[in-house]
Amino acid sequence: MRNRPLFLKLLSAVIVFGAWEIAGRIPVSYAFPTFLESMSALVTLTLDGTIFTAYAETLKPLVVGLVISSVLGVGLGLWIGLSAKFDWLFSPIFVVMQSAPLAALIPLLVMAYGIGLTSKVFVVCIMAMPVIVLNTSGAVRNTPSSIKEMGRSFLGSDLDIVLKVIIPAASPIIFSGLRLGVSAGFIGAILAELKITPTGVGDIISYSRSIADYPSMYAAIFSIILLAVLFLNLLEKIEHLLFKGNYRGYVSD
Amino acid sequence: MATSQTKKTTGSRVEASVEIAVSARNISKNYGETEALKNLSLDFPRGQLTSLLGPSGCGKTTLLKIIGGLLSADSGEVEVGGQAVTGPGEDRAFVFQDFALLPWASVIRNVAFGLELRGVAKSERESIAEKYINDVGLAGFENSYPHELSGGMRQRVGLARALSVDAQVLLMDEPFSAVDEQTRRKFQEDLLSLVQNENKTFIFVTHSIEEAVYVSDQIAILLPRPSRVSEIIKPSGFRDKGPENIRRDPEYLDIVDKIWASLRSYVE
Repeated sequence: MRNRPLFLKLLSAVIVFGAWEIAGRIPVSYAFPTFLESMSALVTLTLDGTIFTAYAETLKPLVVGLVISSVLGVGLGLWIGLSAKFDWLFSPIFVVMQSAPLAALIPLLVMAYGIGLTSKVFVVCIMAMPVIVLNTSGAVRNTPSSIKEMGRSFLGSDLDIVLKVIIPAASPIIFSGLRLGVSAGFIGAILAELKITPTGVGDIISYSRSIADYPSMYAAIFSIILLAVLFLNLLEKIEHLLFKGNYRGYVSD
Repeated sequence: MATSQTKKTTGSRVEASVEIAVSARNISKNYGETEALKNLSLDFPRGQLTSLLGPSGCGKTTLLKIIGGLLSADSGEVEVGGQAVTGPGEDRAFVFQDFALLPWASVIRNVAFGLELRGVAKSERESIAEKYINDVGLAGFENSYPHELSGGMRQRVGLARALSVDAQVLLMDEPFSAVDEQTRRKFQEDLLSLVQNENKTFIFVTHSIEEAVYVSDQIAILLPRPSRVSEIIKPSGFRDKGPENIRRDPEYLDIVDKIWASLRSYVE
Protein backbone atom coordinates (compact mmCIF):
# COMPACT_ATOMS: atom_id res chain seq x y z
CA MET A 1 0.00 0.00 0.00
CA ARG A 2 2.28 2.69 -1.27
CA ASN A 3 -0.45 5.30 -1.28
CA ARG A 4 -1.85 4.58 2.15
CA PRO A 5 -0.85 7.96 3.72
CA LEU A 6 -2.44 9.80 0.81
CA PHE A 7 -5.53 7.62 1.06
CA LEU A 8 -5.85 8.29 4.79
CA LYS A 9 -5.45 12.04 4.25
CA LEU A 10 -8.21 12.00 1.65
CA LEU A 11 -10.39 9.88 3.94
CA SER A 12 -9.87 12.37 6.76
CA ALA A 13 -10.85 15.24 4.44
CA VAL A 14 -13.96 13.33 3.28
CA ILE A 15 -15.03 12.74 6.90
CA VAL A 16 -14.59 16.40 7.89
CA PHE A 17 -16.26 17.84 4.80
CA GLY A 18 -18.97 15.19 4.92
CA ALA A 19 -19.76 16.13 8.51
CA TRP A 20 -19.83 19.80 7.45
CA GLU A 21 -22.20 18.99 4.58
CA ILE A 22 -24.56 17.03 6.85
CA ALA A 23 -24.47 19.71 9.56
CA GLY A 24 -25.28 22.32 6.91
CA ARG A 25 -28.19 20.28 5.57
CA ILE A 26 -29.87 19.63 8.92
CA PRO A 27 -29.30 22.69 9.28
CA VAL A 28 -27.53 23.28 12.59
CA SER A 29 -28.18 26.97 12.20
CA TYR A 30 -29.64 29.23 9.58
CA ALA A 31 -26.24 30.93 9.46
CA PHE A 32 -24.36 27.69 8.71
CA PRO A 33 -24.19 26.85 4.98
CA THR A 34 -23.39 23.42 3.61
CA PHE A 35 -19.93 22.47 2.37
CA LEU A 36 -21.06 22.45 -1.27
CA GLU A 37 -22.70 25.89 -1.02
CA SER A 38 -19.52 27.28 0.50
CA MET A 39 -17.38 25.72 -2.20
CA SER A 40 -19.56 27.12 -5.00
CA ALA A 41 -19.32 30.54 -3.32
CA LEU A 42 -15.54 30.10 -3.26
CA VAL A 43 -15.57 29.31 -6.98
CA THR A 44 -17.64 32.45 -7.64
CA LEU A 45 -15.28 34.59 -5.54
CA THR A 46 -12.33 33.10 -7.40
CA LEU A 47 -13.82 33.56 -10.86
CA ASP A 48 -14.77 37.21 -10.38
CA GLY A 49 -11.34 37.88 -8.91
CA THR A 50 -12.63 39.17 -5.55
CA ILE A 51 -10.55 36.66 -3.62
CA PHE A 52 -7.31 37.70 -5.35
CA THR A 53 -7.73 41.41 -4.66
CA ALA A 54 -8.66 40.49 -1.09
CA TYR A 55 -5.51 38.41 -0.61
CA ALA A 56 -3.33 41.09 -2.14
CA GLU A 57 -4.50 43.23 0.77
CA THR A 58 -4.41 40.57 3.51
CA LEU A 59 -1.03 39.11 2.60
CA LYS A 60 0.75 42.45 3.13
CA PRO A 61 0.53 42.58 6.95
CA LEU A 62 0.65 38.79 7.12
CA VAL A 63 3.89 38.34 5.18
CA VAL A 64 5.60 41.37 6.70
CA GLY A 65 4.52 40.29 10.18
CA LEU A 66 5.59 36.68 9.70
CA VAL A 67 8.99 37.62 8.28
CA ILE A 68 9.63 39.98 11.20
CA SER A 69 8.38 37.44 13.73
CA SER A 70 10.45 34.59 12.29
CA VAL A 71 13.73 36.44 11.88
CA LEU A 72 13.48 38.51 15.03
CA GLY A 73 11.80 35.70 16.96
CA VAL A 74 14.43 33.07 16.20
CA GLY A 75 17.21 35.64 16.74
CA LEU A 76 15.87 36.78 20.10
CA GLY A 77 15.12 33.19 21.06
CA LEU A 78 18.72 32.17 20.37
CA TRP A 79 19.99 35.08 22.40
CA ILE A 80 17.64 34.41 25.30
CA GLY A 81 18.56 30.72 25.22
CA LEU A 82 22.28 31.45 25.25
CA SER A 83 22.37 34.15 27.90
CA ALA A 84 20.76 33.87 31.31
CA LYS A 85 20.78 37.67 31.77
CA PHE A 86 18.96 38.18 28.50
CA ASP A 87 16.52 35.51 29.56
CA TRP A 88 15.56 37.40 32.73
CA LEU A 89 15.28 40.62 30.77
CA PHE A 90 13.15 39.46 27.85
CA SER A 91 11.32 36.23 28.67
CA PRO A 92 8.67 37.95 30.83
CA ILE A 93 7.76 40.28 27.95
CA PHE A 94 6.97 37.35 25.68
CA VAL A 95 5.13 35.41 28.35
CA VAL A 96 2.94 38.50 28.89
CA MET A 97 2.52 38.93 25.12
CA GLN A 98 1.45 35.33 24.76
CA SER A 99 -1.19 35.48 27.43
CA ALA A 100 -2.49 39.00 26.75
CA PRO A 101 -6.08 39.26 25.48
CA LEU A 102 -5.11 40.70 22.13
CA ALA A 103 -8.55 41.79 20.98
CA ALA A 104 -8.78 44.04 24.03
CA LEU A 105 -5.40 45.60 23.28
CA ILE A 106 -6.13 46.43 19.65
CA PRO A 107 -7.72 49.81 20.44
CA LEU A 108 -4.47 50.80 22.16
CA LEU A 109 -2.46 49.82 19.08
CA VAL A 110 -4.81 51.80 16.87
CA MET A 111 -4.42 54.86 19.06
CA ALA A 112 -0.64 54.56 18.89
CA TYR A 113 -0.13 53.52 15.28
CA GLY A 114 -3.32 54.42 13.44
CA ILE A 115 -5.45 52.15 11.32
CA GLY A 116 -2.89 51.42 8.63
CA LEU A 117 -0.50 48.61 7.89
CA THR A 118 1.66 49.21 10.99
CA SER A 119 -1.07 48.27 13.46
CA LYS A 120 -1.95 45.15 11.49
CA VAL A 121 1.68 44.05 11.31
CA PHE A 122 1.84 44.55 15.08
CA VAL A 123 -1.17 42.31 15.59
CA VAL A 124 0.40 39.58 13.46
CA CYS A 125 3.68 39.89 15.37
CA ILE A 126 2.03 39.85 18.78
CA MET A 127 0.25 36.66 17.80
CA ALA A 128 3.18 34.94 16.09
CA MET A 129 6.31 36.02 17.92
CA PRO A 130 5.95 34.79 21.54
CA VAL A 131 5.64 31.11 20.65
CA ILE A 132 8.56 31.38 18.21
CA VAL A 133 10.77 33.12 20.80
CA LEU A 134 9.80 30.85 23.69
CA ASN A 135 10.22 27.64 21.69
CA THR A 136 13.57 28.72 20.29
CA SER A 137 14.96 29.81 23.64
CA GLY A 138 13.73 26.65 25.36
CA ALA A 139 15.24 24.43 22.69
CA VAL A 140 18.56 26.26 22.80
CA ARG A 141 18.71 26.05 26.58
CA ASN A 142 17.99 22.33 26.49
CA THR A 143 20.76 21.39 24.05
CA PRO A 144 22.42 18.34 25.65
CA SER A 145 25.46 19.65 27.51
CA SER A 146 27.60 16.70 26.46
CA ILE A 147 27.52 17.63 22.76
CA LYS A 148 28.30 21.27 23.59
CA GLU A 149 31.22 20.04 25.69
CA MET A 150 32.28 17.81 22.81
CA GLY A 151 32.31 20.85 20.51
CA ARG A 152 34.47 22.77 22.97
CA SER A 153 36.88 19.92 23.57
CA PHE A 154 37.43 19.55 19.81
CA LEU A 155 38.35 23.24 19.65
CA GLY A 156 35.11 24.64 18.25
CA SER A 157 34.80 28.41 18.58
CA ASP A 158 31.68 29.81 20.26
CA LEU A 159 30.27 30.56 16.80
CA ASP A 160 31.02 27.01 15.59
CA ILE A 161 29.21 25.59 18.58
CA VAL A 162 26.15 27.79 18.01
CA LEU A 163 26.01 27.09 14.26
CA LYS A 164 27.08 23.46 14.13
CA VAL A 165 25.84 22.07 17.42
CA ILE A 166 23.20 24.21 19.13
CA ILE A 167 21.10 25.32 16.14
CA PRO A 168 20.89 21.87 14.50
CA ALA A 169 20.11 20.31 17.89
CA ALA A 170 17.40 22.88 18.55
CA SER A 171 16.03 22.97 15.01
CA PRO A 172 13.13 20.48 15.43
CA ILE A 173 11.68 22.54 18.28
CA ILE A 174 12.50 25.86 16.58
CA PHE A 175 10.53 24.66 13.56
CA SER A 176 7.62 23.47 15.65
CA GLY A 177 7.59 26.97 17.16
CA LEU A 178 7.64 28.46 13.66
CA ARG A 179 4.70 26.28 12.65
CA LEU A 180 2.69 27.35 15.69
CA GLY A 181 3.75 30.97 15.13
CA VAL A 182 2.72 30.92 11.49
CA SER A 183 -0.73 29.53 12.35
CA ALA A 184 -1.12 32.19 15.03
CA GLY A 185 0.02 34.84 12.54
CA PHE A 186 -2.74 33.84 10.13
CA ILE A 187 -5.27 34.21 12.93
CA GLY A 188 -3.71 37.58 13.79
CA ALA A 189 -3.96 38.85 10.20
CA ILE A 190 -7.69 38.10 10.01
CA LEU A 191 -8.28 39.42 13.53
CA ALA A 192 -6.60 42.67 12.53
CA GLU A 193 -8.85 43.02 9.50
CA LEU A 194 -11.95 42.33 11.54
CA LYS A 195 -11.03 44.59 14.44
CA ILE A 196 -9.10 47.48 12.89
CA THR A 197 -10.33 48.24 9.38
CA PRO A 198 -12.22 45.79 7.20
CA THR A 199 -9.89 45.10 4.30
CA GLY A 200 -8.99 42.03 2.29
CA VAL A 201 -10.29 38.67 3.45
CA GLY A 202 -11.55 40.19 6.70
CA ASP A 203 -13.67 42.53 4.59
CA ILE A 204 -15.23 39.60 2.68
CA ILE A 205 -16.01 37.91 5.99
CA SER A 206 -17.59 40.92 7.67
CA TYR A 207 -19.35 42.19 4.54
CA SER A 208 -20.86 38.78 3.67
CA ARG A 209 -22.02 38.38 7.24
CA SER A 210 -23.68 41.80 7.22
CA ILE A 211 -25.68 40.91 4.09
CA ALA A 212 -26.33 37.36 5.34
CA ASP A 213 -24.36 35.80 2.45
CA TYR A 214 -23.11 33.03 4.71
CA PRO A 215 -21.70 30.76 1.95
CA SER A 216 -19.30 33.54 0.89
CA MET A 217 -18.34 34.18 4.50
CA TYR A 218 -17.47 30.54 5.06
CA ALA A 219 -15.74 30.39 1.66
CA ALA A 220 -13.41 33.19 2.79
CA ILE A 221 -12.72 31.45 6.13
CA PHE A 222 -12.10 28.16 4.32
CA SER A 223 -9.67 29.82 1.92
CA ILE A 224 -7.55 31.27 4.72
CA ILE A 225 -7.37 27.87 6.43
CA LEU A 226 -6.39 26.27 3.13
CA LEU A 227 -3.64 28.85 2.62
CA ALA A 228 -2.35 28.31 6.16
CA VAL A 229 -2.18 24.55 5.63
CA LEU A 230 -0.31 24.99 2.35
CA PHE A 231 2.10 27.39 4.02
CA LEU A 232 2.74 24.98 6.91
CA ASN A 233 3.50 22.21 4.41
CA LEU A 234 5.96 24.51 2.70
CA LEU A 235 7.62 25.20 6.03
CA GLU A 236 7.95 21.48 6.64
CA LYS A 237 9.62 21.07 3.22
CA ILE A 238 12.07 23.84 4.12
CA GLU A 239 12.91 22.08 7.38
CA HIS A 240 13.51 18.80 5.53
CA LEU A 241 15.78 20.61 3.13
CA LEU A 242 17.81 22.44 5.79
CA PHE A 243 18.09 19.74 8.43
CA LYS A 244 18.00 16.37 6.74
CA GLY A 245 18.96 14.46 9.88
CA ASN A 246 16.04 15.72 11.98
CA TYR A 247 13.86 12.76 11.14
CA ARG A 248 16.51 10.24 11.95
CA GLY A 249 15.87 9.97 15.64
CA TYR A 250 18.16 10.60 18.54
CA VAL A 251 21.16 8.79 19.92
CA SER A 252 19.46 8.40 23.27
CA ASP A 253 16.59 6.45 21.65
CA MET B 1 37.45 4.41 59.25
CA ALA B 2 38.66 0.87 58.95
CA THR B 3 40.75 1.06 55.84
CA SER B 4 43.47 -1.33 54.91
CA GLN B 5 45.44 0.95 52.69
CA THR B 6 48.75 -0.29 51.53
CA LYS B 7 51.21 2.30 50.40
CA LYS B 8 53.35 -0.24 48.64
CA THR B 9 53.18 -0.16 44.88
CA THR B 10 53.02 -3.46 43.14
CA GLY B 11 55.74 -4.37 40.70
CA SER B 12 57.38 -1.00 41.08
CA ARG B 13 60.36 -1.41 38.85
CA VAL B 14 60.97 2.27 38.40
CA GLU B 15 61.99 3.00 34.87
CA ALA B 16 64.11 6.11 34.97
CA SER B 17 63.69 6.71 31.25
CA VAL B 18 59.89 7.20 31.44
CA GLU B 19 58.94 10.59 30.14
CA ILE B 20 56.05 12.44 31.71
CA ALA B 21 53.44 13.50 29.12
CA VAL B 22 50.91 15.09 31.43
CA SER B 23 51.43 16.27 34.94
CA ALA B 24 48.90 17.66 37.37
CA ARG B 25 50.36 19.79 40.15
CA ASN B 26 48.52 20.65 43.36
CA ILE B 27 45.11 20.79 41.76
CA SER B 28 42.24 22.04 43.90
CA LYS B 29 38.69 22.51 42.77
CA ASN B 30 35.60 23.46 44.75
CA TYR B 31 31.99 23.38 43.70
CA GLY B 32 30.53 25.98 46.00
CA GLU B 33 31.05 24.60 49.50
CA THR B 34 32.03 21.14 48.31
CA GLU B 35 35.72 20.41 47.92
CA ALA B 36 35.93 18.19 44.84
CA LEU B 37 39.70 18.01 44.53
CA LYS B 38 42.25 19.06 47.11
CA ASN B 39 45.90 19.56 46.40
CA LEU B 40 46.05 16.65 43.99
CA SER B 41 49.26 15.85 42.12
CA LEU B 42 49.70 13.10 39.59
CA ASP B 43 52.02 12.29 36.67
CA PHE B 44 51.00 10.50 33.51
CA PRO B 45 53.86 8.71 31.69
CA ARG B 46 54.02 9.07 27.91
CA GLY B 47 52.82 6.16 25.81
CA GLN B 48 51.08 4.51 28.75
CA LEU B 49 47.55 4.14 29.99
CA THR B 50 46.79 5.59 33.39
CA SER B 51 43.45 4.86 35.03
CA LEU B 52 41.74 7.11 37.49
CA LEU B 53 39.80 4.77 39.73
CA GLY B 54 37.66 5.51 42.73
CA PRO B 55 34.18 5.46 44.20
CA SER B 56 31.56 7.69 42.64
CA GLY B 57 31.85 11.33 43.61
CA CYS B 58 35.60 11.08 44.04
CA GLY B 59 36.30 13.73 41.43
CA LYS B 60 37.86 11.54 38.75
CA THR B 61 35.76 13.04 35.95
CA THR B 62 36.43 16.52 37.35
CA LEU B 63 40.17 15.86 37.16
CA LEU B 64 39.81 14.55 33.60
CA LYS B 65 37.87 17.66 32.55
CA ILE B 66 40.49 19.91 34.13
CA ILE B 67 43.21 18.08 32.17
CA GLY B 68 41.02 18.42 29.05
CA GLY B 69 40.66 22.15 29.65
CA LEU B 70 36.88 21.93 29.91
CA LEU B 71 36.97 23.00 33.55
CA SER B 72 39.45 25.30 35.18
CA ALA B 73 41.06 24.42 38.48
CA ASP B 74 40.77 26.86 41.39
CA SER B 75 44.46 26.42 42.05
CA GLY B 76 47.35 24.33 40.81
CA GLU B 77 48.19 23.63 37.21
CA VAL B 78 48.22 20.99 34.54
CA GLU B 79 51.04 20.66 32.05
CA VAL B 80 50.73 18.73 28.82
CA GLY B 81 54.03 18.21 27.03
CA GLY B 82 55.55 20.96 29.18
CA GLN B 83 52.85 23.49 28.25
CA ALA B 84 50.45 24.77 30.90
CA VAL B 85 46.82 24.01 30.08
CA THR B 86 44.56 27.02 29.72
CA GLY B 87 41.74 25.42 27.74
CA PRO B 88 41.03 22.64 25.27
CA GLY B 89 43.97 22.07 22.91
CA GLU B 90 45.11 20.20 19.83
CA ASP B 91 47.25 17.92 21.97
CA ARG B 92 44.24 16.35 23.73
CA ALA B 93 41.14 14.55 22.48
CA PHE B 94 38.11 13.41 24.45
CA VAL B 95 36.06 10.21 24.40
CA PHE B 96 32.76 10.72 26.20
CA GLN B 97 30.79 8.39 28.42
CA ASP B 98 27.53 9.07 26.54
CA PHE B 99 29.36 9.13 23.17
CA ALA B 100 28.32 12.78 22.49
CA LEU B 101 27.58 12.10 18.82
CA LEU B 102 25.61 14.50 16.68
CA PRO B 103 22.35 12.63 16.02
CA TRP B 104 21.68 14.49 12.77
CA ALA B 105 25.10 13.73 11.28
CA SER B 106 26.24 10.56 9.53
CA VAL B 107 29.03 8.41 10.95
CA ILE B 108 31.62 9.93 8.64
CA ARG B 109 30.63 13.49 9.51
CA ASN B 110 30.68 12.64 13.22
CA VAL B 111 34.14 11.09 12.93
CA ALA B 112 35.40 14.04 10.89
CA PHE B 113 33.73 16.61 13.17
CA GLY B 114 36.86 17.29 15.23
CA LEU B 115 38.76 18.00 12.01
CA GLU B 116 35.84 20.06 10.67
CA LEU B 117 36.07 22.30 13.76
CA ARG B 118 39.81 22.67 13.12
CA GLY B 119 39.08 23.92 9.62
CA VAL B 120 40.41 20.91 7.69
CA ALA B 121 39.04 20.79 4.12
CA LYS B 122 36.17 18.39 3.50
CA SER B 123 37.92 15.92 1.17
CA GLU B 124 40.98 15.74 3.38
CA ARG B 125 39.09 15.27 6.63
CA GLU B 126 36.85 12.63 5.08
CA SER B 127 39.78 10.58 3.88
CA ILE B 128 41.31 10.74 7.37
CA ALA B 129 37.95 9.83 8.90
CA GLU B 130 37.63 6.95 6.45
CA LYS B 131 40.91 5.50 7.67
CA TYR B 132 39.89 5.58 11.32
CA ILE B 133 36.41 4.26 10.57
CA ASN B 134 38.19 1.26 9.07
CA ASP B 135 40.54 1.02 12.05
CA VAL B 136 37.73 0.80 14.57
CA GLY B 137 35.90 -1.74 12.44
CA LEU B 138 33.02 0.33 11.15
CA ALA B 139 33.77 0.10 7.43
CA GLY B 140 30.51 0.14 5.50
CA PHE B 141 28.70 2.26 8.08
CA GLU B 142 30.04 5.63 6.88
CA ASN B 143 26.63 6.89 5.87
CA SER B 144 24.65 5.38 8.74
CA TYR B 145 23.25 7.61 11.45
CA PRO B 146 23.99 7.16 15.16
CA HIS B 147 20.49 5.91 16.02
CA GLU B 148 20.97 3.06 13.56
CA LEU B 149 24.02 1.77 15.45
CA SER B 150 24.32 -0.30 18.62
CA GLY B 151 25.81 1.26 21.75
CA GLY B 152 29.16 -0.37 21.11
CA MET B 153 29.28 0.88 17.53
CA ARG B 154 28.39 4.40 18.68
CA GLN B 155 31.34 4.41 21.03
CA ARG B 156 33.56 3.20 18.18
CA VAL B 157 32.44 6.31 16.32
CA GLY B 158 33.40 8.39 19.38
CA LEU B 159 36.77 6.67 19.52
CA ALA B 160 37.41 7.16 15.79
CA ARG B 161 36.57 10.86 16.19
CA ALA B 162 39.12 11.20 18.99
CA LEU B 163 41.78 9.26 17.05
CA SER B 164 41.28 11.19 13.82
CA VAL B 165 42.47 14.50 15.30
CA ASP B 166 45.77 12.74 16.10
CA ALA B 167 46.15 14.18 19.58
CA GLN B 168 49.02 13.03 21.79
CA VAL B 169 46.78 12.51 24.79
CA LEU B 170 43.46 10.65 24.76
CA LEU B 171 41.11 11.45 27.61
CA MET B 172 38.51 8.76 28.12
CA ASP B 173 35.64 9.39 30.51
CA GLU B 174 34.16 5.99 31.46
CA PRO B 175 34.05 5.19 27.75
CA PHE B 176 32.78 1.64 28.14
CA SER B 177 30.29 2.09 30.94
CA ALA B 178 27.33 2.55 28.58
CA VAL B 179 27.98 -0.56 26.49
CA ASP B 180 27.07 -4.15 27.27
CA GLU B 181 29.43 -6.55 29.05
CA GLN B 182 30.52 -8.55 26.00
CA THR B 183 31.18 -5.45 23.93
CA ARG B 184 33.06 -4.00 26.87
CA ARG B 185 35.42 -6.97 26.99
CA LYS B 186 36.09 -6.62 23.28
CA PHE B 187 36.73 -2.90 23.76
CA GLN B 188 39.18 -3.58 26.58
CA GLU B 189 41.15 -5.99 24.40
CA ASP B 190 41.13 -3.49 21.53
CA LEU B 191 42.27 -0.77 23.89
CA LEU B 192 45.31 -2.83 24.91
CA SER B 193 46.45 -3.12 21.31
CA LEU B 194 45.66 0.55 20.73
CA VAL B 195 47.92 1.55 23.62
CA GLN B 196 50.63 -0.71 22.24
CA ASN B 197 50.39 0.42 18.62
CA GLU B 198 49.72 4.13 18.94
CA ASN B 199 52.34 6.08 20.77
CA LYS B 200 49.75 8.05 22.70
CA THR B 201 49.15 8.75 26.34
CA PHE B 202 45.81 7.48 27.60
CA ILE B 203 44.01 8.81 30.65
CA PHE B 204 41.13 6.56 31.45
CA VAL B 205 38.40 7.16 34.01
CA THR B 206 36.55 4.09 35.21
CA HIS B 207 34.64 2.81 38.19
CA SER B 208 35.33 -0.82 37.37
CA ILE B 209 38.23 -2.27 39.32
CA GLU B 210 38.64 -5.24 36.96
CA GLU B 211 38.63 -2.95 33.95
CA ALA B 212 41.24 -0.65 35.46
CA VAL B 213 43.57 -3.51 36.33
CA TYR B 214 43.04 -5.17 32.96
CA VAL B 215 43.89 -2.18 30.77
CA SER B 216 46.22 0.02 32.83
CA ASP B 217 49.93 0.51 33.01
CA GLN B 218 49.34 2.67 36.05
CA ILE B 219 46.28 2.93 38.31
CA ALA B 220 45.70 5.99 40.46
CA ILE B 221 43.28 5.26 43.28
CA LEU B 222 41.35 8.37 44.20
CA LEU B 223 39.55 8.63 47.50
CA PRO B 224 36.71 11.09 47.89
CA ARG B 225 35.76 14.26 49.68
CA PRO B 226 38.05 15.94 49.05
CA SER B 227 39.69 13.88 46.38
CA ARG B 228 43.32 12.96 46.64
CA VAL B 229 45.47 10.21 45.21
CA SER B 230 45.64 7.55 47.89
CA GLU B 231 47.92 5.18 46.05
CA ILE B 232 49.42 4.42 42.67
CA ILE B 233 49.59 0.86 41.48
CA LYS B 234 51.64 -0.24 38.48
CA PRO B 235 50.73 -3.73 37.34
CA SER B 236 53.66 -5.02 35.33
CA GLY B 237 53.89 -8.78 35.49
CA PHE B 238 51.06 -9.80 33.16
CA ARG B 239 51.06 -7.12 30.49
CA ASP B 240 52.99 -9.23 27.99
CA LYS B 241 51.16 -12.49 28.55
CA GLY B 242 48.44 -11.81 25.98
CA PRO B 243 44.94 -10.45 26.56
CA GLU B 244 43.36 -13.86 27.08
CA ASN B 245 45.67 -14.76 30.00
CA ILE B 246 45.41 -11.60 32.05
CA ARG B 247 42.20 -12.39 33.88
CA ARG B 248 43.56 -15.57 35.49
CA ASP B 249 46.99 -14.20 36.28
CA PRO B 250 47.61 -14.32 40.06
CA GLU B 251 49.01 -10.79 40.07
CA TYR B 252 45.87 -9.52 38.31
CA LEU B 253 43.64 -11.23 40.88
CA ASP B 254 45.72 -9.98 43.82
CA ILE B 255 45.62 -6.38 42.64
CA VAL B 256 41.86 -6.53 42.09
CA ASP B 257 41.39 -7.86 45.63
CA LYS B 258 43.71 -5.33 47.15
CA ILE B 259 41.99 -2.39 45.44
CA TRP B 260 38.59 -3.61 46.55
CA ALA B 261 39.88 -3.93 50.10
CA SER B 262 40.97 -0.32 50.12
CA LEU B 263 37.84 1.01 48.42
CA ARG B 264 35.09 -0.99 50.11
CA SER B 265 34.78 1.25 53.14
CA TYR B 266 34.06 4.23 50.87
CA VAL B 267 31.17 2.58 49.09
CA GLU B 268 27.79 3.22 50.67
